[in-house]
Order: sequence, then structure tokens, then C-alpha cells
Amino acid sequence: MNIVDIACTKATEAGGTAIREIEVEVGRLAGVMVESLRFCFSAVTLGTMAEGAELRIIDTPAEAECMECGTKFAMESCWGRCPSCGSLRLNVLKGRELRVLTITFDE
Amino acid sequence: MCDSCNCGSGTPIIVKPGPDHHLDHDYGGHVHHLHDLDRGSRSIRVEEEVLGLNNKLAAENRAWFKARGIVVLNLVSSPGSGKTTLLEKTLLRLKEERSVAVIEGDQQTQRDATRIEAAGVPVIQINTGSGCHLDAAMVLRAAEALNPSEHSLLFIENVGNLVCPAMFDLGEDKKVVILSVGEGDDKPLKYPFMFHAASICVISKIDLLPYVDFDVAACRQYAGSINPGLRFFELSAKTGVGMEQWLDWLRGLGGAIGS
Repeated sequence: MNIVDIACTKATEAGGTAIREIEVEVGRLAGVMVESLRFCFSAVTLGTMAEGAELRIIDTPAEAECMECGTKFAMESCWGRCPSCGSLRLNVLKGRELRVLTITFDE
Repeated sequence: MCDSCNCGSGTPIIVKPGPDHHLDHDYGGHVHHLHDLDRGSRSIRVEEEVLGLNNKLAAENRAWFKARGIVVLNLVSSPGSGKTTLLEKTLLRLKEERSVAVIEGDQQTQRDATRIEAAGVPVIQINTGSGCHLDAAMVLRAAEALNPSEHSLLFIENVGNLVCPAMFDLGEDKKVVILSVGEGDDKPLKYPFMFHAASICVISKIDLLPYVDFDVAACRQYAGSINPGLRFFELSAKTGVGMEQWLDWLRGLGGAIGS
């Protein structure tokens, strides 16, 4: 998976030999099941320099801004209604993140 | 099985219909084997988008298409919604009016590409192997091999799957989600990411409405609550009902030949 590729590439570039931990930010609207990610992680890291590494998940709550009245509010799913004016026209500000944040590796 | 998590074993294959036309066998991951566990460790900031590479390639595809005046629609749906039949009927009508081309995506077989070829339209098939969606790298190679003419309308028929294709930008102008009335009218609520990512929703097989419990108004309301900007077409490719509105919209996309 791309997460392991990214981590291995960056660790190699930095002179790393074995990855201890990969920190991944997963927004709540990213469409990613953290349980599935964890389930796959040990399998996809086998035979790579990330084998045995810990997967640390940073959970980012979702936030939206109403395009009608400008109210900012927390979203729990990828659709919602403005709590102030009831509009469905929303701009998602946070929650779609799917990023490798940091890697920790042995030198 | 899903190639997002590398649990699959196959590699995508891009082929033209007919025997022995494999264009590409060289798509796969790489494995590092570096282990030396007995030294100090340190952390570095990476801050890299997991889908960053796909998004970068999709942007390149978009520029490639735009430079040629090619309008690209990414057709997404669950399996069996009638994407290929809708395409066949659409192409038979449109091909006399403007240049059209198709990239077909399926896990296996060239059956869909063969159907499109029979309609007399340039087509190339991507077989994703165990993969559950097309990605921008596959589309780049397929588009280069297909080489659609300038100002053409290019349809990409994605792998039938209402989940993963929502996340993978291919460089298309619009995603068209197709939902047949044989499915549940609450599918937009169950698969909201796809209905959020799409800009067009085609409700297909409406000739079956007398026989199924599908509430079109409720479906449109569900989909509209997820994506208020969604534009709807209701049609039956089989009987032709509603096809004119769909074709008129397609006719209006980008420039026709010679314009």
C-alpha cells in the first residue's frame, strides 16, 4: 500500500534501516476504516523495512462551514445539515485527511 | 480482494479487444529488504498524502486531456447497473455526431470492450486483476495507447464498485454515478462518498419501475441531501425513454468535431 511505500522511501532517503513506527492521519470523512487499515498493515509490511512497525493513527474530526450562513460546525458523517440555517450546501474544512505524518526508524 | 491494501496478487493488464494485444505488464509494487535493528532510532516529519501520487498523475491526465480538447466522463456504479448497455446505446447515437472513445475497466475479461468495439467506437480495456478500481496511472497508459482524437468525448467505465472508485481521481471532468431501479432507492445514503464525489446521477432501467419498489423521488431526495449540486437523468437505455435528455447534455459537453 502507498503508506508503506511512502514510509519506506522516506526512511531509506534519510538513511534509515528499519522502521519502528508510522504515524498516519486519518480524517473521519476520508472513507478509511481504521480497523481495516490496521488489519492490512501487518500483512503489507511483511518483507519490507516496515515489518514489525507500529501503526499510529491520528484521528482528525470533521469540520464543515455552511456556504449560506458561514456557521462552522463538527460533522459526524459525510453529509449533514447546517445547525443554524438548515442548509445542505456545506464546505468541508477538515476530515478528509489521509496523510503519513511522521516515521520513526533505526539508523 | 482489493489492491489498495495489497491483499491482491494480480497486476492490472491493459489490452485492446482481440487476442494478443497486451500493451502493459509492468505495473506493480516494489519491496524493500533492509533490516538492521540494533541502532538508535529517530523520527522525521513526512506529511505526505497517501493518495498524493495518484492525485499528481490525475492532474497530469487532466492537463493531457485538456490540451487535446478531450472531455472525460468517469462512469461509476455498482456491478449490474447497466453502464455498458447505456454506453452502447449512447455511442450508437453519438458517434455520427462527434468523436467518441471508451476506456473499459473490469477485473477480468475483454467482454465489455468487445461490446463497445461492436458499436464501432475506439476502445481499450483495462483489466485490474484483483484490483477494485481504476487509478490515474492505469488511465494514463490506456489513454496514450487509445490516443483519442482531439475534441472527442472519452468515457471511462470504471470497475463496478460503489466504494473505492470514489477516492481515485482519474483526471476526469466529471464522475457520473449510475443507479438502477433494481437496486435500493436508499443506496445514496449507504454509499454517500460516491454520491458526494459525483456531479451527475443517472437513474437507469426506469422501464422496470412498475415491477420494483423503487421510489424515484425518495432516491433523488437522499442523493440531493448528500450532494445538493447533483444533476439527475432518469432513463431506460433499453426502451429509449429519457435518452434524449441525456444525449442532449452529452452533446453540449466541450467542442464537437470541427469546432
